[in-house]
Amino acid sequence: MIDTLRLTAEDAIGLLERKEVSSAELHRAYLDAVAERDGELHCYLRTVEEAEGDGVPIALKDVISTKGVETTAGSKILAGYVPVFDATVAARCREAGLPVLGKTNTDEFAMGSSTENSAYGPTHNPWDPARVPGGSGGGTAAAVSAGLAPWGLGSDTGGSIKQPSALCGNVGLRPTYGTVSRFGVVAFASSLDQIGPVAKNVRDCARLYSIVSGKDPADSTTVEVPPVELPEGESLEGLRIGVPREMNEAEGIQPGVTAAVQKAIELARELGAEVGECELPRSVEYGLACYYLIAPAEASSNLARYDGVRYGLRVDADTYYEMVERTRDAGFGDEPKRRIMLGTYALSAGYYDAYYGQAQKVRTLIAREHAAAFERFDLIVSPTSPTVAFELGEKAADPLAMYLSDLLTIPSCMAGLPGLNIPCGLSDGLPVGLQLIGPQLSENTIFRAGHALEGALGFDPVPERLR
Amino acid sequence: MSTHAWEPVVGLEIHVQLKTKTKMFCRCANGFGGGENTQTCPVCLGFPGALPVVNRVAIEWTIKLGLALDCEIASHAVFARKNYFYPDLPKGYQISQYDLPSCINGKVLVPTAGGDHEIGIVRAHLEEDAAKTTHVGGRTGRIGGADYSLVDFNRGGTPLVEIVTGPDVHSSEDARRFLQLLRQTIVELGISDAEMEKGTLRVDANVSVRPVGSPELRTRCELKNMNSFRFVAQGIDAEVARQIAVYEAGGDVVQETYDFDAATGTLTPRRSKEEADDYRYFPEPDLVPVEPPSDLVERLRAEVPESPARRIRRIEAGLDLDRAVVLVTGGLDRLWEATVTAGAERVAAANVIANRLAGVDGDSVDAAELARLVEARDRIPRSTLDEALAKVGEPGFSAEPYLAQEAVSDTAELGPIVARILEANPGQVAAYKGGKEGLLGFFVGQVMKETGGKANARAVSELVREKLQ
Repeated sequence: MIDTLRLTAEDAIGLLERKEVSSAELHRAYLDAVAERDGELHCYLRTVEEAEGDGVPIALKDVISTKGVETTAGSKILAGYVPVFDATVAARCREAGLPVLGKTNTDEFAMGSSTENSAYGPTHNPWDPARVPGGSGGGTAAAVSAGLAPWGLGSDTGGSIKQPSALCGNVGLRPTYGTVSRFGVVAFASSLDQIGPVAKNVRDCARLYSIVSGKDPADSTTVEVPPVELPEGESLEGLRIGVPREMNEAEGIQPGVTAAVQKAIELARELGAEVGECELPRSVEYGLACYYLIAPAEASSNLARYDGVRYGLRVDADTYYEMVERTRDAGFGDEPKRRIMLGTYALSAGYYDAYYGQAQKVRTLIAREHAAAFERFDLIVSPTSPTVAFELGEKAADPLAMYLSDLLTIPSCMAGLPGLNIPCGLSDGLPVGLQLIGPQLSENTIFRAGHALEGALGFDPVPERLR
Repeated sequence: MSTHAWEPVVGLEIHVQLKTKTKMFCRCANGFGGGENTQTCPVCLGFPGALPVVNRVAIEWTIKLGLALDCEIASHAVFARKNYFYPDLPKGYQISQYDLPSCINGKVLVPTAGGDHEIGIVRAHLEEDAAKTTHVGGRTGRIGGADYSLVDFNRGGTPLVEIVTGPDVHSSEDARRFLQLLRQTIVELGISDAEMEKGTLRVDANVSVRPVGSPELRTRCELKNMNSFRFVAQGIDAEVARQIAVYEAGGDVVQETYDFDAATGTLTPRRSKEEADDYRYFPEPDLVPVEPPSDLVERLRAEVPESPARRIRRIEAGLDLDRAVVLVTGGLDRLWEATVTAGAERVAAANVIANRLAGVDGDSVDAAELARLVEARDRIPRSTLDEALAKVGEPGFSAEPYLAQEAVSDTAELGPIVARILEANPGQVAAYKGGKEGLLGFFVGQVMKETGGKANARAVSELVREKLQ
């Protein structure tokens, strides 16, 4: 009997190597768990019954194109769309022999922080099904925590990997922009979108990152990636950790979150890290506002292709323009429509300089501010999310409150920097996430620190109610 | 009513499809061939998640063209997205260089009898072509009112260079001469067939008029849909006339885009609803800036051949401007030079090449053999010369067998034929004697016809002139 709730990918690799279990048996065990628990959680939009490959099965967020498997990005406008090609990350998983378990739920076009914006219904948090799993990658994060996948891939534009991992109590990496190919991943905001791994622990996360990362000729924005080192060791000797005041004292951070994060920082000091204060004033003050100009602007353009002409939904009409209008009206939910409008406005003649152009300038400032911090520190830390998982419906009617969920993840995304979430404790029985941010291409340092802290924290990633 | 003279002010926008092996942003085959929608892939069909990757050759060719047009080559060029909805645009945006194009501030010197006429090149930028739409049904042939529209995405994503001139063109004749030179430049670079009939070269004209001597730039109208140099010239003339009439009637020209119908000579305004006002340009985040290293630019500069304009100036010295223009814009000046070097007389060689070898690939002709034909042109029968010139481009052509035939120049043989022709055409004879000396050619032609092309044209011509004195 395979205990999918506890099994890590590394454990699974051991079982496979010792031939104690086959890849197909693993795949079946997870699908059995899905059959048992996903009715309540709704992590998967669809499962793949045939196991292909000889490795550890994987869950893929539904923004990742999978050849022959419907890919909807959580939107009605892509209902029935079956890609004829694999995203590069899907192809790399296939080449590595990882059978796909299924496609996981996401806010529509990855726009959201709770997975409530999925056109196919929300995902529920395995720690408390009355609460959200975070978003947009709530499906993958909840699946990993609920033992419905040993690991999975998400996509992160402003926090869609890190924030759900924080709310579900697992490990999620948003890698350095350009280290993982975006080819075949349904685009939200191209200059911000990054694909990354979600797993039960840091070593699994690093292992999956090593499989999917690397330069891709099909994505011009990718770069050469240094070899990934699986983290070992328990010491943080020699590591300089910065604690940006604004990101740790921001309004709206719950006391329970602050307490757990402070404890983790104290632990880092005990492990030998040199901890000091730093400042990122403009990043925190302007990050969110700039993000909500740049991301919707790019989204308004990226979503223009859904016109009903070639694939996905089409609502017929007498003329071409009417057909496009009706298709988009029927196919897009409220959040994509809201962002298309925001973005269209931000790019309009006469407003471009004041909005999109200005936001790009501030983005450069944010990158510089981070670079300055990294002259003194190897990593900076903060809570990943200001709050623990909130209740379904709690923020659904208030977009601004929802947007604030990403206040602390957004600045480093704007700067293209890597960030890792590790669980660092519980508040009111719900996981609290610690965010570790490093300079570009510092994933190995982040993994090393995350691994050492994870060992010292001893967090049990299995939701209490499922133990 | 105003009585002053008007000067046309015209700027041209030229689109050139590059004949790269593959498309601009994907590796689909580029060019004609294959059934509809067979040269397509997720990238050029705009499937979710598909990303563009620039075609390096297209970048190099654009730089090369820029160098040929005397442009500055940007060390940092950026692709942008031009956003609008149309079924020929699968992504909902066109990827195009915008505020930071690859080539800026160039010029073309058009040789004229009055000196070089400089046409400024504001910019030359790279973009992707749209797909081809066919609107079926309805009266307009456009999307509004069509019963349905067909889209062929084979053309979508073809590399397209847009060249924008300054408002330096002041007549339809200026436009024609400039376009001929530009086309020849493009063809010689080997980057495009640049054929208007096939749409691989497309020209739009921005036309305004102003009182002669005024420096002002008045409201301009854009002309589209002109698929030959001749139609461009006719379109400009028609629009200039229309605008002058508007001003002279006390009206004002309203900015508008017109389709020029060459068959009727009419200008039809496009429905403004189909023209998007705001393209919401922003830098294409899926691509990185184009930053060509200077050694690449220098290598490309070294590959640019001597410009057609310079060659016109060079060869006109020993010839004349008109013949030089015809030879160069026909791509035949190098053959002419080689033929002259091989011993042919300059003007005779120019006449034979320009009049008889238009459309022939100059490189396929053995200049030494052609020189022998030019030299013997009056001595051998016309029919023999025709036959020889028709074959002069074939591999291994030798003039030898044709040179053996002598044209009939014996007066005793030709005399009676000339007399017969003059007798049969009394009206023309009278007209000639009345001063219409141009009729000489008519009589010579009749004699040539009578002799089956075997007569020596010069001998016939002398004989006719003698008899008519």
